[in-house]
Amino acid sequence: MADNLLTVSNLVVEYKTGKDAFRAVDDVSFTVPRGGTLAIVGESGCGKSTIAKALVRLLKPTSGTVDLDGTDLAALTERQLRPMRHRVQMVFQDPYGSLDPHLTAQEIVAEPIAVRGEKSRAVQRTKAAALIERVGLPKTALGRKPPEFSGGQRQRIGIARALASEPELLVCDEATSALDVSVQAQVLALLADIQADTGLTYLFISHNLGVVRAISQNTVVMRAGKIVESGRTDDLLSRPQEEYTQRLRRSALEPGLMTGIKPRHLIRHIAASRTAETAKAAS
Amino acid sequence: MSVLEVKDLQVELMTTDDVIRAVDGVSFHIDPGETVTIIGESGSGKSTTAMALLRLLPDDLAVISGEARISGQDVTGDRKVINQLRGRAVALIPQDPMTALNPIRTIGRQMTEAVRIKYPKISRAEAKQRALSLMEQVHIREPAKQFDAYPHQLSGGMLQRVLIAMAVSTDADLIVADEPTSALDVTVQAGILDLLLELQEQTGIALLLITHDLGVARLMSDRIHVMKSGVFVESGPVTDVVDHPQHPYTQKLLGAIPELGAWVDPAVGRDDEGDADGTDAAADVATDRIKEATHG
Repeated sequence: MADNLLTVSNLVVEYKTGKDAFRAVDDVSFTVPRGGTLAIVGESGCGKSTIAKALVRLLKPTSGTVDLDGTDLAALTERQLRPMRHRVQMVFQDPYGSLDPHLTAQEIVAEPIAVRGEKSRAVQRTKAAALIERVGLPKTALGRKPPEFSGGQRQRIGIARALASEPELLVCDEATSALDVSVQAQVLALLADIQADTGLTYLFISHNLGVVRAISQNTVVMRAGKIVESGRTDDLLSRPQEEYTQRLRRSALEPGLMTGIKPRHLIRHIAASRTAETAKAAS
Repeated sequence: MSVLEVKDLQVELMTTDDVIRAVDGVSFHIDPGETVTIIGESGSGKSTTAMALLRLLPDDLAVISGEARISGQDVTGDRKVINQLRGRAVALIPQDPMTALNPIRTIGRQMTEAVRIKYPKISRAEAKQRALSLMEQVHIREPAKQFDAYPHQLSGGMLQRVLIAMAVSTDADLIVADEPTSALDVTVQAGILDLLLELQEQTGIALLLITHDLGVARLMSDRIHVMKSGVFVESGPVTDVVDHPQHPYTQKLLGAIPELGAWVDPAVGRDDEGDADGTDAAADVATDRIKEATHG
């Protein structure tokens, strides 16, 4: 049997909307093998970010279990959860909004080290400096503050800060979506490198199938809170079974695979199947 | 005559203690029915180029020099020229459809306002009729119902269709589309790009497309200019630039796109529309994919 670090079973997350509840995640189950990467793909509103928030317990699941190496995180109270929190860390989508602009890079990365119980300021600073070097930033970065960094550099600081908590699972929620393609490629390479070094497990949330292929072994496709299709990433992309997965695959415009000038036929199917679907939903 | 003719355009942006040359002498043209794309990463100057052509940069912050003719008229000098052209000869499709419309006015009211720039003399009923048929043209379902809706009641894709309808309402010669699908989901993006291609087939409108997405550029363009640090590092027909990039930066951009690998699209195989061109092209694509698969 596979050694799974994370096993999510029958996860349901509802948002209260007045008297009713909106079910953002509807009976979702998946596993993430230790040291591997699972990708969750889907479009806006499919529930993928809600899953991320439920895993790091920024949200309490309505029902279901989130089993991290034998402990059900979903069932824990806030007090029971606190000593566990460092084990699941998150890298956020927006490298501009997720770092405290008043702190230096070194202070940002040192914070979780202090929270982990390291009392010595000197040790905190040394460890933070090592992590900042690990994510590929120069020594001169240590004393600088977030506004002085580019988006890609900030995302590296975000990764260093997440690593500072010594996590077992890193949840990356659209961690490269705000970056230029060339910067995205560098950050993906960094994440792969860290995984190869440390055996860290990733849950990678993205809307970009190319990114998913670059980083993950297994993929879950979500739509409207439910899993549409799941399997090995390579199989899913080369032989998508479900109509929706095929449509996502078709929508990913790959410059290298197109021929002719303005090959409209490549997207006409997608537009047509969407229209047919909305017409069906409306009637 | 070219719809847009740009010669040695420069844009200097004034900051508190510095002058940044965001656009450093670019020249290009767009003919009727053509799509020309400026592609680049953040800070390359691609959006600044577009905003400078439309004179949407504040005069005290941006100094424009060079020459830019839209439908024959130079827009780099007196603002009166562009004020007469905007909403008539040239229209903008902005990046974020969610914030481009007035949130406290109905779609219909904003549509008829756009229609009336071009036709100030028509009656209210005629303006509404025109707006409704434009909404139909951009495939908005139940246009009569959406006419009375407010922007927040529509999805991002539908709002972008409204904005495209407003651009089309002007009978413009040129549409400037600044990252028109970057804020949208991929399947929604496909619908919007399909619509733009369809409108161009029908009307022969020229399109200046600004994007960071090489896939979008490859699909939409006749010609591409790759922009970096304010200059075009490579220019040419879309197939040359994407299939045989010459400049190292273009090669790097193309190399950075994570590939999806080969697949056979079941829908392309059973294309039953009897469209000979489409089928041939689809077969070409399939062959290419098989080639790619066997090579690596």
